[in-house]
Amino acid sequence: MSNQHLSPLRVPLVSEPRSMGQLTEEICAPMERAPTWKWWVAFGIAVAVLATGAGIVAYQVGTGIGVWGLNKTIGWAFDITNFVFWVGIGHAGTLISAILFLFRQKWRTSINRAAEAMTLFAVMCAALFPLIHMGRPWLAFWVLPYPNTRGSLWVNFRSPLLWDVFAISTYFTVSAVFWYVGLIPDLATVRDRLKAGFRKAVFKVMSLGWTGSNRTWSRYETVYLLLAGLATPLVLSVHTIVSMDFATSVIPGWHTTIFPPYFVAGAVFSGFAMVLTLMIITRVVLGYEHLITLRHLENMTKVIIVTGGLVSLAYATEFFIAWYSGNPYERFAFMNRAFGPYAWAYWTMVTCNVVSPHLFWFKKIRTSPAAIFVLSLVINVGMWFERFVIIVTSLHRDYLPSSWSMYTPTMVEVGTFIGTFGLFFTLFLLFVRVLPIISIGEVKSVLGFARSTPAHPEAPPSTRPAPVLDAPEAARSHPPLAIATRKDVPV
Amino acid sequence: MSAPVLIGYFDSEERVLEATRAVREAGHDLRDVYTPYAVHGLDAAMGLKPSRLTWVTFVAGALGCTLAMSLQLYTSVVSWPLNVGGKPFNSFPAFIPVTFELTVLFAALGTVAAFLARAKLFPGNKRQALPRVTDDRFAIVIAPGQKPNALESAEALLRDHGAVATDLREVAS
Repeated sequence: MSNQHLSPLRVPLVSEPRSMGQLTEEICAPMERAPTWKWWVAFGIAVAVLATGAGIVAYQVGTGIGVWGLNKTIGWAFDITNFVFWVGIGHAGTLISAILFLFRQKWRTSINRAAEAMTLFAVMCAALFPLIHMGRPWLAFWVLPYPNTRGSLWVNFRSPLLWDVFAISTYFTVSAVFWYVGLIPDLATVRDRLKAGFRKAVFKVMSLGWTGSNRTWSRYETVYLLLAGLATPLVLSVHTIVSMDFATSVIPGWHTTIFPPYFVAGAVFSGFAMVLTLMIITRVVLGYEHLITLRHLENMTKVIIVTGGLVSLAYATEFFIAWYSGNPYERFAFMNRAFGPYAWAYWTMVTCNVVSPHLFWFKKIRTSPAAIFVLSLVINVGMWFERFVIIVTSLHRDYLPSSWSMYTPTMVEVGTFIGTFGLFFTLFLLFVRVLPIISIGEVKSVLGFARSTPAHPEAPPSTRPAPVLDAPEAARSHPPLAIATRKDVPV
Repeated sequence: MSAPVLIGYFDSEERVLEATRAVREAGHDLRDVYTPYAVHGLDAAMGLKPSRLTWVTFVAGALGCTLAMSLQLYTSVVSWPLNVGGKPFNSFPAFIPVTFELTVLFAALGTVAAFLARAKLFPGNKRQALPRVTDDRFAIVIAPGQKPNALESAEALLRDHGAVATDLREVAS
């Protein structure tokens, strides 16, 4: 039964009294009004950064990847660091929408849409790096198995790099489909609000003729559950496969069985930090403090404490196994990480990822958006350094001291990385403008969550038990909104 | 040929649940219930059977799994066996990741395609939603039939159960 979640012990998920109509108004408002100057400023900066990045990518594609700081010893550095970083960021979106859905965590409803969008954009940014790393991106189709004219030459299915191709493309496709299926009812809501015109036509096509029929809803719920069930092992598999790019090699520091769970924990850790960064800005800018409440932020920080703990455990285990295995190369690799020339990167990583999440044990910090925002940025930096440390410190001093070398990124590499942030924020800002960033239908379903039944002894006598929320429309106190409420339909 | 349908509008999920049960118990021809969000318990109230889409997922997943495994075996063992570091051509464990990914991909896309086909959702659909049901109203649609007084009794039932408005419409049947 739907009102089982009504309990005075539970904290409401929507912290201000709102009617369903008001929710629709509020969530659709940013799409229906002209953008604010703040949005234009943010969008301008994002597009400028994106354009700079695009210029740099054009330059390096035109010149060749010799413009990178890579050398004979360090064949992978910024490109793969950024690839793993962005894929990791993407994971929290699917985790929030799929795993929390399976665990019946109703607080996911007001953040899942934006988190899934973040996943898509992050995976797009990630996919750019292998593409650019190819040097000749127009030959990217060579990674796909297709009957070609070069003899019966096929791709090597035993290579983890090819597994990545399948993992990332499947992940992107399934995330996009999951996101779109979740959007259909909301697209219909927006469609029914718009006056005839171009936008209405677009939404009409996109909403596929959704009418809110319960026969459709019933199937829709089944599909949503199935997709969540499919996406959950998928999200774990993607970073597992990414970690196998390293773990199946023989480089000390990479060749470890702990990599798959370690990478997945790190991905969730960094992804949640990125969701927090975006959500804290969004809730303030769009005035959604009552939808994306402190409780949402607090829950996410708790996930960060857990995943931060897992990541710390992985660091410690790696060190322990390096010592315990008695393998001198492995021992050297880890001593070199902590005390070698890249020790600054290692200790930055430890400070950001091992020490900083423990500040969230304090309720004061956990419930202060400003503190969470700062810490989420710190964690993002730390997780970027984790990938840098794993890749560069393991490569720069491997078995042969004669081939030891140092690596410094060039402006082209830094520019490409910053350019992907431009892409990410440009897409996110456009998303905020054109689609409902909060799942309207799902938030309406948790509107009554934890609301205690209003006592109304003066209610007319009835033979049936008084239904919950049976107060007449006027008796329910919904504060007037700044935006005009639509009441033109006489129902 | 057109038949009149009676639409009752409600403003809360509790009322619409009760009204749906009552309409079914009274023996009216319940066409559908329209809601702005998925109301849990409404399937039981309407007497809907669980969806069989899970079978589609299973079959599509099995298909993806078989295709992926066949493709890898064919290309790596039959079409172009390539000696990579002395590994066996049929290196089964190495084929698991791609097989897994394609299983999930086929299952997901197959399920969604079957859902859209079954629910008749497609771009260019001319169907229109009832007023406000995608916003803040719930609607029960009844086909009262030809019996005398069926319309009046159905309307009275809906009003009794808290309908905020009722509407009679001609629809193509």
